[in-house]
Amino acid sequence: MHQNHQERLSHGAELYPLGEQAVVVKLGDQINPGIHNKVMQLAEHLAEHPLPGMVEAVPAYTTVTVYFDSAAVYRYWRKSAARSMSEGTADSTPGGAANAGASGEMGAVMSPYRTVCQWLRSRLDSLGLDREARRRTVEIPVCYGGEYGPDLEFVARHNGLDAEEVIRIHTAGEYLVYMIGFTPGFPYLGGLSARIAAPRLEKPRFKVPGGSVGIAGRQTGIYPLTAPGGWRLIGRTPLSLFTPALDPPCLLRPGDAVTFKAISREEYERLREERPWG
Amino acid sequence: MGLKIVKAGLLTTVQDLGRFGYQKYGVPVGGAMDEFALRTANILAGNDECSPVLEMTMDGPVVAFQQDALIAVCGGDLAPSLDGIPLPMWRPVWIKRGSVLSFGRAVHGCRAYLAIAGGFSVPPVMNSRSTHLYAAFGGYEGRELRAGDVLPAGEPSPSAKKWMDLLRAIADQQHKQAGALESGKMQSVSWAVSGTFRPRYALTGRAVVRVFAGREYGLFDPAAREAFFHYPFIVLPQSDRMGYRLRGPVLQRGELPEMISETVTMGTVQVPPDGQPLILMADRQTTGGYPRIAQAAAVDLPVLAQLKPGDTVQFQEISFAEAEALLLAREESMRLMKQAVKMVMERMRSDVLD
Repeated sequence: MHQNHQERLSHGAELYPLGEQAVVVKLGDQINPGIHNKVMQLAEHLAEHPLPGMVEAVPAYTTVTVYFDSAAVYRYWRKSAARSMSEGTADSTPGGAANAGASGEMGAVMSPYRTVCQWLRSRLDSLGLDREARRRTVEIPVCYGGEYGPDLEFVARHNGLDAEEVIRIHTAGEYLVYMIGFTPGFPYLGGLSARIAAPRLEKPRFKVPGGSVGIAGRQTGIYPLTAPGGWRLIGRTPLSLFTPALDPPCLLRPGDAVTFKAISREEYERLREERPWG
Repeated sequence: MGLKIVKAGLLTTVQDLGRFGYQKYGVPVGGAMDEFALRTANILAGNDECSPVLEMTMDGPVVAFQQDALIAVCGGDLAPSLDGIPLPMWRPVWIKRGSVLSFGRAVHGCRAYLAIAGGFSVPPVMNSRSTHLYAAFGGYEGRELRAGDVLPAGEPSPSAKKWMDLLRAIADQQHKQAGALESGKMQSVSWAVSGTFRPRYALTGRAVVRVFAGREYGLFDPAAREAFFHYPFIVLPQSDRMGYRLRGPVLQRGELPEMISETVTMGTVQVPPDGQPLILMADRQTTGGYPRIAQAAAVDLPVLAQLKPGDTVQFQEISFAEAEALLLAREESMRLMKQAVKMVMERMRSDVLD
């Protein structure tokens, strides 16, 4: 068995399947803002101009995964094939030459995966992905240390700093939301200063309260929901990162820039009270 | 009015085809574990294929009907019975108001699906009525069902109404002929969705699941790749709607480059550092960072959905093109099945009512 259907195209992109009904478009091999900017531009383009039969396009660090409905792509292809047949145009079917000679029977020759790949190839050829993607900046208030940040002292000691310096460095940075994953609304943030990096806990906590702000290696993140977790907790935000009743349900979105602001315990309590959805 | 839960069973939730469009926010797709059984049950109850149904697990619930209903039960055999009489599966059944339907322990498979004409009426959250247990939203108040809950049913489709009238008329006729004073509590049809249309469910608990190479397949040692296809893996008790943990030969990996997390999907087989594979199921996370040795063919996901702890799975290698062709063929056969159900119900109607 070997890797199936791998291709290289414009923007150094690579296409490969994730299941029968998803194409992964890989735009690089490294976690960095430049590659992620391309990821976001492609994801936003596809959200605004979806492919026929597309279900959703999901950005991650270096990839955009395009989920589609095989049967819907097939039906679309058959309709266009019938149209081009009656118009006498030879190769205007979406599958193009890849599907030449396909009979009307579903699954005989036509491949929805190959058809979606072909559509993506032509999109990639015509798109310049070097424009700076639209970016929002979201400020997250955090009450650092104490009960809300039980590992703040550890992070300080580990880096030969005092707690105030850790807070100063953490709040001085601007962070990029590379992707949302792990739990609904959990942002993977890049841009943490190496000066406050810290290893994960050896034994993960059984319950990390929702809103906790943590550090793991060179990453920082925020737990939207109470969950088990091994990140070092340095503070907590009163904001709700995930609210199922809202659309979109998340405070943060991939591509956002995030800054942190230190707040007092009193301010934390006040903002927590003001939260509309509990 | 609707369906009252008398006894909850081990894990009974409202599920539909899943929540799409929100994976970019880290929201799992969720939905029925056995998509085939969900869609088929809905077709048989005259619903849209994606209507919300009850997913029942291993030890089923007891439910009371507060209204006449057209239902279908598909998937694993959780020994459904109505007042002690076995309820036939994989076909439309009319149920009289006041009847009590009991499910028991799984005889075959793990999960059964109960569809009701009109679907279960719960509010959509992010365009889906599926219950997401972990973050507690969707379905019935974001949780599994408990005794005392009442699930209202929606408005049946025009064809479901016709089918209900038909089955009620048959029940009346038969009981008049038998000289009974009151008609029966259920009436089914004499046909069912044939086993040849259904997935290759493993009735013995020993499943064969077809897979194609995952993205990181090539990074595993040749011996690991061979072992993966050679030995059966046991489904461990720590398996749930998020994923199945398997035990079998340890799958050694060569020196791995640092993995950058990417999207994962249902049926993705990941191998964590301990070398024991993990199959992602309906409530999986949207992204993952473990190497993906294989991807289960979509047509065999229902087979996986019906496995319970202690069952085994043997992986069988196919190509991506074969997996895709199998999926398209399955979709075509579902389309035909839907037409056939409509046709046969129409024919019964003209036979009985004319």
